[in-house]
Amino acid sequence: MNGAATETTRGPGPQAVLPQHGAQELGFPLPVTSASRAAVARRRREGALQVWMTATAVAASLLMVAGLLLLVLVNGLGYFWPRDVARLELVDGQVIIGEIVGREPIPDMGATLTGATASASGPRYRIQLKTGNRDVYGLDYRWVDEDAIAALGYPEDITVFERRAWGNLYGVVLEENADGYEVQLADGRTRWLRAQDVVDSWRPNAMTTGQKLVAYAVNVWEFLTGEPRESNTEGGIFPALFGTVLMVFLMTLAAVPLGVLAALYLREYAGQGPLVSLVRVAVNNLAGVPSIVYGVFGLGFFVYGVGGTLDRLLFSDQLPTPTFGTGGILWASLTMALLTVPVVIVATEEGLAAVPGSLREASLALGATRWETVRHVILPRVLPAVITGAILAIARAAGEVAPLMLTGVVKVAPALAIDGTAPFVHLYRKFMHLGFHIYDAGFQSPNVEAARPMVFATTLVLLALITGLNLVAVVLRHRLRERYQSPSV
Amino acid sequence: MNQPIGTVLLELDPVPHAGAANGAALREPAPPAIEVEELTVHYGAQPAVREVSLQIPARQVTAFIGPSGCGKTTLLRCFNRMNDLVAGARVQGTIRIEGHDIYAPDVDVTALRRRVGMVFQRSNPFPMSIFDNVAYGPRLVGERDRRRLADIVETSLRAAALWDEVKDRLRDNALRLSGGQQQRLCIARALAVEPSILLMDEPCSALDPISTARIEELILQLKERYTVVIVTHNMQQAARIADNTAFLLSGRLVEFDRTSIIFEHPRHPETRDYITGRFG
Repeated sequence: MNGAATETTRGPGPQAVLPQHGAQELGFPLPVTSASRAAVARRRREGALQVWMTATAVAASLLMVAGLLLLVLVNGLGYFWPRDVARLELVDGQVIIGEIVGREPIPDMGATLTGATASASGPRYRIQLKTGNRDVYGLDYRWVDEDAIAALGYPEDITVFERRAWGNLYGVVLEENADGYEVQLADGRTRWLRAQDVVDSWRPNAMTTGQKLVAYAVNVWEFLTGEPRESNTEGGIFPALFGTVLMVFLMTLAAVPLGVLAALYLREYAGQGPLVSLVRVAVNNLAGVPSIVYGVFGLGFFVYGVGGTLDRLLFSDQLPTPTFGTGGILWASLTMALLTVPVVIVATEEGLAAVPGSLREASLALGATRWETVRHVILPRVLPAVITGAILAIARAAGEVAPLMLTGVVKVAPALAIDGTAPFVHLYRKFMHLGFHIYDAGFQSPNVEAARPMVFATTLVLLALITGLNLVAVVLRHRLRERYQSPSV
Repeated sequence: MNQPIGTVLLELDPVPHAGAANGAALREPAPPAIEVEELTVHYGAQPAVREVSLQIPARQVTAFIGPSGCGKTTLLRCFNRMNDLVAGARVQGTIRIEGHDIYAPDVDVTALRRRVGMVFQRSNPFPMSIFDNVAYGPRLVGERDRRRLADIVETSLRAAALWDEVKDRLRDNALRLSGGQQQRLCIARALAVEPSILLMDEPCSALDPISTARIEELILQLKERYTVVIVTHNMQQAARIADNTAFLLSGRLVEFDRTSIIFEHPRHPETRDYITGRFG
């Protein structure tokens, strides 16, 4: 009945909005034979709902991803912009200086309690200000009802000081010399600011857009290359960035060769029987083991087992202070390699399965051994698949935090794992990691509110890092494909 | 009909079939290149080749014909032990190549495969340059000298009648060649390791008639230096190029004789039925 109905209504119905059968394809003005009409009806019955369903799923996924990216981008990139500083005079005569960072409607508690309707003027708003001066006010942020504002301006003489401790300070400089600054705060009090406590200072309200852009670039650079301050809520993230890249690098060094060799054995050497199938299923399932389990295993096996043994054998003079017998970047990388090696195996195996058997036969028929065949014919062909596996492994390893917390990541690492003192590479050292940095700055710091922009900026860097690593691998894979795969078959 | 089939040992004429070649060069009875005795091959429980015995003369073209699934390819792949790669394949009986039992335990299979080259049904050049394809085999045995490699590549490509077409683009990817050129490249690649026997498994089945004609012409040239064994489903092709023809049916060797006899005076009614197209 439904089919008959759609068969008779050939108007621009649901099809008109579907991309794959446009109106002209329906041949609206053309004579329609009964066969083609039946085909159209069939397409309608099968097509519309399913296309909508699938397209909606895609749209929903895209929307979620785009929303996440937009949130991170806006908040992360906004962090570095030298924002104008407002000077507020309130109705009660109070003066506040700070950056306006947010605005929201005031929840009308009275209305919900009494059941009265909202006032005719609509909801009232309040703004959030970053007032800084934590040493004076105790808090970095405060809320001000818009109703309470008598005057709002952006005086050019307001200076922002980025300090080594206590966050930003906003005020007007009264006197300036080589030792420091005499600053008048919003409430009229003055403070003496020592020059060595100041990281940077600027007057955003007096800056042109061009100057702000330069300051923006400098801020980004300092963020990427600087050391963190004030328990990770301020300053840069270089140690975390470095630790993440080095950990991923070491992980790749360990996981990819191991995974490729294992896949080669499973596909090229082992007889395909129930045992190999079992191993394959086990490997596939390893990829789904919760990462914290790997962390526990890494702690027990690498840190206490291997590391403890190494300490007893090689560093016994330093005991009981552990050298390798405690968390470190090497153990974290190896634990992570363990976690990602199934991904590499699966991807490589898929690549090996896609190599035509005729190529193997051709090589073997020329008197090549199996290894020569693998080495000269199969590996080059399978390299794009290996890189796909590496991409997946890297993306997972760069973002995973839980296992690292047990195997060597720390809030603040005193030294990088590679530095200028011999032997230059210190893989036993603890390290910092962007993912852990997000967790630590955002949720473990004493001043969560102040650290929030930091969290977004760090998230952005982590995402950019993963995207960058993936991009490199994708380009590499594309090049290899072009080289080794048939231009025409 | 009631003759024991499968054990047909023919009284081979050492002179190749007159219609197929200028075979005057071979007057001496040469020893057979391949001797097969009581060969049975199982894939799992199913026998694919049953009790086949035959002797393939050197420097002639021998064709295996028969309907699909008759075991002709399996038989061919025993000669360079490619069946070793098939899980569950079991070979019984004896095959001697130039007097050596190739299924003896001490046989070096890679050395065997260098003596017995193979060309496959679908051309399968490696995804590398034309030069590297041909040089693949020589490099495997350690040939690194550029000049000698270049010599081998040129000689092999000339022998495969491909040199003139590709001499200016040896560095091009082999996959850019046409289907017929690819197949001749595979022949050149097989020749580059200097085999004495060349096995061809339906080498023209994926090619157009013009490419097929070129390959057939090439096969006739090759038999001056190589023993060629070719599997074909194309009876006209066997008639055109083969000195001897073996007809297989359900894994058994029905008849093996000079091509002219097989096609003009077959002794077995099954052969006659197949040749005349009554079945298959």
